[in-house]
Amino acid sequence: MSTEIEYAEGVRQAFDWLMSNDDKVFAIGQGLWSPWYVGATMTDLDKKFGKGRVIDTPVSELATTAVAVGAAIQGYRPIVIHPRMDFMILGTDPIVNQAAKWSYLFGGRSSAPVTIRSIVNRGGEQGAQHSQALHSWYAHIPGLRVLMPATAADARDLLIWGTLSEDPVLYIDDRWLYQETGVVGDIDPERPLSSVLPNVLREGDAVTLVAASWPVKLAREAAEILADEGIAAEVIDLRQINPINHSVTVASVAKTGRLVAIDGSWANCGLSAEILAGAVEGVSPSAWKAQPARITLANAPAPAARSLEAAYYPDVERVVATARRMVRGQ
Amino acid sequence: MLSQEFNHTSSLNGLADPGYFNAPLQLRGQSHAQLIADLGMMMRIRTVENRVGDLAREGIVKTPVHLAIGQEAVAVGISRYLKSSDAVFSGHRSHAHYLSLEADLDGLIAEILCRETGVSSGRGGSMHLINRESGFAGSVPLVGATIPLGVGAALAAKMDGTDGVGVCYFGDGACEEGVLHESLNLAAVLHVPALFVVENNLYSSHLDIALRQPDDRTARYADAHGVRNLTVDGNDVCAVAEAAETLISAARAGGGPGFLEAVTYRWCGHVGPDANIDVGVRRSAVEVAGWKERDPVGRLAKALVDAGAITQAEIAALEQEQAEMVEKAIATALKADFPDPATLLDHVYASEGTDQ
Repeated sequence: MSTEIEYAEGVRQAFDWLMSNDDKVFAIGQGLWSPWYVGATMTDLDKKFGKGRVIDTPVSELATTAVAVGAAIQGYRPIVIHPRMDFMILGTDPIVNQAAKWSYLFGGRSSAPVTIRSIVNRGGEQGAQHSQALHSWYAHIPGLRVLMPATAADARDLLIWGTLSEDPVLYIDDRWLYQETGVVGDIDPERPLSSVLPNVLREGDAVTLVAASWPVKLAREAAEILADEGIAAEVIDLRQINPINHSVTVASVAKTGRLVAIDGSWANCGLSAEILAGAVEGVSPSAWKAQPARITLANAPAPAARSLEAAYYPDVERVVATARRMVRGQ
Repeated sequence: MLSQEFNHTSSLNGLADPGYFNAPLQLRGQSHAQLIADLGMMMRIRTVENRVGDLAREGIVKTPVHLAIGQEAVAVGISRYLKSSDAVFSGHRSHAHYLSLEADLDGLIAEILCRETGVSSGRGGSMHLINRESGFAGSVPLVGATIPLGVGAALAAKMDGTDGVGVCYFGDGACEEGVLHESLNLAAVLHVPALFVVENNLYSSHLDIALRQPDDRTARYADAHGVRNLTVDGNDVCAVAEAAETLISAARAGGGPGFLEAVTYRWCGHVGPDANIDVGVRRSAVEVAGWKERDPVGRLAKALVDAGAITQAEIAALEQEQAEMVEKAIATALKADFPDPATLLDHVYASEGTDQ
């Protein structure tokens, strides 16, 4: 059965389903009993499942994350919630040094199937330490799966599949998507993350737009505008950026000959660079019709003033202009 | 140099001074059979560490080895009260913690030699040990990192509704990491059965505690977080065991976390078999020699002989038995293969299925 829900409701339904169906799942983090920190994504979960399974914690990102890793090693499926990715930096050792390496370190004799849910919460003049999207850092780490849902269906399903995976997972949701609506079907919990490949959200033969999470929304809106101008853009939603699958992008660019990567983090050593590298390595030189391009954050910390924010973040206009120039040469 | 303003005090007093606590142990009415078993285990640990040190000098062991010679009584005294269903985490100096749980000796030696037959299949080396069958949940050298993992295991035990405990071993250096304070606070707030064990050997890798902390008693951090704590002579297996029993039984009974500070001393340097007498300000040949008088093995052996529980000949036989086991493990490991390069990417992900 299909219904239309908001992205935030997709996140909430995933928690509800997981905690209803698996008694090893618990949620731990700061602000879980308050909409102030997590929006509508965890409404009333503490009332339904109890404050012993939806654990609000002291102000300790490091110990909270690591305690969840320890419980995961002992057979639990904890979901750690970091209401802002900026603050998660304080809890990065247990993610990068411990959980991501735990299976390899011990030759597969143990693993740490923890899920870290990190929220990107930016805009609104919040400034440099209340704005960051650091997925590119974490996607660098072997052993850590990084999921970035762009749709309501993925907001729900990637959290379920990630939590049930044997691997440590970083699941990143973006508050700029919380009110986006999408159609969801019945829950199918039996999906290994190795089968979560990029989705082609819209087909086209003139230019390929590739993104993950919030910039997918920009790509889709740009594709609508470009279609009105007679330019058929193909939109690819990566969904999982570590391990990253390049084959869907490569097949698309082999057809279109043009690539625009759009990312909500910085350019240098970032996701947009990885998208281009995969395409350059995989697509024959003769198939390229234009040099590939990247649209990213400006190379600066996030500013507060709205006038600067408008210049700082990618927008639909930039995506349209870049793709149009690439196709029309002007 | 010590800053003029930095006034270090010693609440440990004699516990930190090798001029004290060097007589044969008081056996505190503990079972002679248990103490003879403890003595055998301490000999096993010392033999392993001495032989690993030899192999490191010879260049046969390459992986960095942090030897626990002089600290054997801490893990042995605590492990008496642990079960294989508990979860024990440790740091870089973990061989004693691992062995004291009766964990696989052959697998340890093979791992230190980075062979495919090692407990981590040669992926870990000396600093990444595991033996889940005995309750050893893993060691990693990131200082302080396993402290909250032990608290997490304690949370899991509490959620399971068992009487299990989560144990984390760390040193006085790790007490300077912020994670200890977060972990003590969280363990207290969650009221979980965690046992924090600090082996206070008075030195970090490079610096004397007198230059790093305003007082040498690390249990004051537990005081600050309202966590039950005891400080003992870590070179006295009877004293360690008595304290461990108190704290572990309280944790098992739902009494919340405990913190055991065992004051001890490493005869070798931070890493490798040398004494490193140039490290820190106090550490000198005289100091190292003084601490060898507070020998956890010798003091127990002497007390058992004095009590008529064992003869010198039986002690020699016990030592010989351990030495033979260790030599056999070394010989077997040296014959084993290094991991096959074709397996380089195995176990990066625990999940099934291959990513495209």
